[in-house]
Amino acid sequence: MTMEEKLGGSNGEDGGRDRFPIGMRVLAVDDDPICLKVLENLLRKCQYHVTTTNQAITALKMLRENRNRYDLVISDVNMPDMDGFKLLELVGLEMDLPVIMLSAHSDTKLVMKGITHGACDYLLKPVRIEELKNIWQHVVRKKKPDSKDQINASNQDKSRGGTGETGPTSSSSDQKVSKKRKDQSEDEDEEGDDNGHEDPSTQKKPRVVWSVELHRKFVSAVNQLGLEKAVPKKILDLMNVDGLTRENVASHLQKYRLYLKRLSSVATQQANMVAALGSKDPSYLRMGSLDGFGDFRTLTGPGRISSASLSSYQPGGLFGRLNSSAALSLRGISSGVIQSGHSQTLNNPINGFGKIQPAVVPANQNQNGTLFQGIPTSINQLSQNKPTNHFGEFNRGNDPNAFGVATNFQDARVTVGGSSNTLPVSSGNPLLLQSNTQQTQHSGGAFGNQPSSLGVTSLNQEPFDMNVRGSSNFLDHGRCSENWQSAVQLSSFPSNALSASETFSHEQLPSNNLQESISWTSSHLSSSPLDLSSSMANPANLEDSRGNISQVGLNNNVIQNIDYTTKQQWGDSRHDYNGNMNNSFSRGDSLVPASGPMMDQSNVISDKMNDVSLFSQFSGDSTYVVPHLDGEKSAFDTKSRSNDDFLFETKPQNGFNQNSFEPLENIMMSMIKSDQNNETPLMDGEFGFDAYSLGSCI
Amino acid sequence: MWHGIDMCSLVYSFAFVPCACEHQGIVDDQFTQLRKLEDENSPHFVMEVASLFFEDCEKLINNMAIALEQKQGVDFKQIDECIHQLKGSSSSIGAMRVKNACIAFRSFSDGQNREGCLRCLQQLSHEYSLLKNKLQTLFRLEKQIVAAGGSIPRVH
Repeated sequence: MTMEEKLGGSNGEDGGRDRFPIGMRVLAVDDDPICLKVLENLLRKCQYHVTTTNQAITALKMLRENRNRYDLVISDVNMPDMDGFKLLELVGLEMDLPVIMLSAHSDTKLVMKGITHGACDYLLKPVRIEELKNIWQHVVRKKKPDSKDQINASNQDKSRGGTGETGPTSSSSDQKVSKKRKDQSEDEDEEGDDNGHEDPSTQKKPRVVWSVELHRKFVSAVNQLGLEKAVPKKILDLMNVDGLTRENVASHLQKYRLYLKRLSSVATQQANMVAALGSKDPSYLRMGSLDGFGDFRTLTGPGRISSASLSSYQPGGLFGRLNSSAALSLRGISSGVIQSGHSQTLNNPINGFGKIQPAVVPANQNQNGTLFQGIPTSINQLSQNKPTNHFGEFNRGNDPNAFGVATNFQDARVTVGGSSNTLPVSSGNPLLLQSNTQQTQHSGGAFGNQPSSLGVTSLNQEPFDMNVRGSSNFLDHGRCSENWQSAVQLSSFPSNALSASETFSHEQLPSNNLQESISWTSSHLSSSPLDLSSSMANPANLEDSRGNISQVGLNNNVIQNIDYTTKQQWGDSRHDYNGNMNNSFSRGDSLVPASGPMMDQSNVISDKMNDVSLFSQFSGDSTYVVPHLDGEKSAFDTKSRSNDDFLFETKPQNGFNQNSFEPLENIMMSMIKSDQNNETPLMDGEFGFDAYSLGSCI
Repeated sequence: MWHGIDMCSLVYSFAFVPCACEHQGIVDDQFTQLRKLEDENSPHFVMEVASLFFEDCEKLINNMAIALEQKQGVDFKQIDECIHQLKGSSSSIGAMRVKNACIAFRSFSDGQNREGCLRCLQQLSHEYSLLKNKLQTLFRLEKQIVAAGGSIPRVH
């Protein structure tokens, strides 16, 4: 081991990569010297190449110097110079590196926060070597979506082998996800270093790049077939694209479905949340109480996102992370839309996606108030396309997009609405975080890809990405597929939403919730524009999907729901939404949003829980975009409120959790319990020495 | 070099001390895992980590004692931070009892109960001393073995 360690360590990039995960370069950050030393040694024992620092600021500096020097970051949560979550966000936004959080405490709240901020994993101290032996999977996951090559899904699957997430879908999803990102921001180098080298775990595999054009074909094919009836094979045939494999389509479909589901679930959630505030799912409640989630309440609704903010929102950084293909396409669109209210732009892309529920769009006519300034306009125009209208839907008309994205923002940074760069998102979404600040400056840097408005979306995407990419899980489950369709249709934003969710559950695509919601959404979305809203509005439906999708009040509701979810995610200042949400959500049925938070929790617990991601996704989609997350509610709040009151108002958490999160909650509970058990004081009061104790041994 | 019985007993004790410690709950499996990490590359890993821990722990205990003494008001937030850090480091090194003492301590600190905190701090100090004592014994043995020409038995 010694030799290997040395080799692995010294070779750094080259050596490490060839023998990945041996030599994987880890940056460990912890202010506690003991933990740091132990961690360092454990990592060395796993044959990783370790760099340590006891200061977050130093770590950030090192990462900024050369992001390509590291594959993974492990950071403590409590650090004196900088909050671990903040570091997490920044790293995620700026470098798009997988970050694992470490903490001595296993507070559900903290774990949730970690997830919503984009952590790939959350480990409790003391860290065991067994746990560290598998962390390389997060690197693989993040890199997967990054596909430079052409369509070639099969390879991707293989690369997944290690992580256990197998299946074409996963890889495809990754592809899609990465595609999305790529589409969005050329400069965004999320997988920057990936470009240089393939996924270490596998040889180069060409990936399918789901360009806007391709996605458009996809969506139209799906629409032609009907979301529910759309099967990869048929879609493939309809699309008639050379080099595209069934697997590619399958995984993309999965994502799409998830996306749609998320959109719808967000809306539902919001509705539900309102209704079930605090009653249903304790977990939701919990979630609500979580940082990010609390804000949901405040979210008034999709409309919250002030159009101004929306337009100015520079998705850039935020969106950068969006990986999901849907998000990608959407992102592109949203960004276009949002950025400068280039409705046209938005329209086009969105149209490409298929039909964005017209209803949604038109409903959200109020471009102004809605989150995305630019988007609203376009969204409305897009109205046909439900998919992209995530936002539209959510906002009920105003900023369909905005909220879609907003949902993501829940994480706090989602300040989707590009609202004048104030992505409230600050709260938690690492992705968003950057975007917020960046927005103003268009810090494309952080977000890279996303255009302003998209910013919001991008946020969503991020989460989505995470989920999508990382956990092809949900894709694999095939749940996404349905969702994607609808999601995509919703609007470009949805992608954001998706991302958002993704962020949350870094790999846990809220498969359950999302899928359900998405599928639900999709099915509804596919129908006429108005349908979308209606479908979405069905709180009942939403509920099905794990209770996430709160189809709440059609257009409005839907958005709300989604919004709600997002809200939850953002947690932050969402309170505004709450007020609004209630109104719009009359349906208040299943607030999807609830699931969001839940999911996060679950995600934490169950790595594979995709539900959470759903939420994030939804959140984003549901035009929550309420950037307020960060408390910036300002722009968004007003906007979103008007439109999607319900979206944000309700605490989806509560409502939704019930259904969908059940499992998640259980998982979480069990996790927490086990942790608690471990901590059970074992003081045996045996302070003295036994006969054979020290005395005897010396 | 080998001093016959002396070496044997040294080695025996060396093996025994950790066992006894674990049995008494002073250390847990994490400590054993750390010992396993020792190898030719890092032969004194456990000792180094333990030294760091002793230093850190003493400093934290001291800080908490001072904080609890403040007449104008106890800064429970600071105490909570200290506890948190101590909990993290003690669990990382496998100091189970110390860790458990931290857990108990936390609830008192959360409740802003000064008296309770003082008691906990005392308990914590006690556990720490116990641990330090044992570990230093272990390290001493280790040194003796090495000095006597023997090699440290590794944990596998």
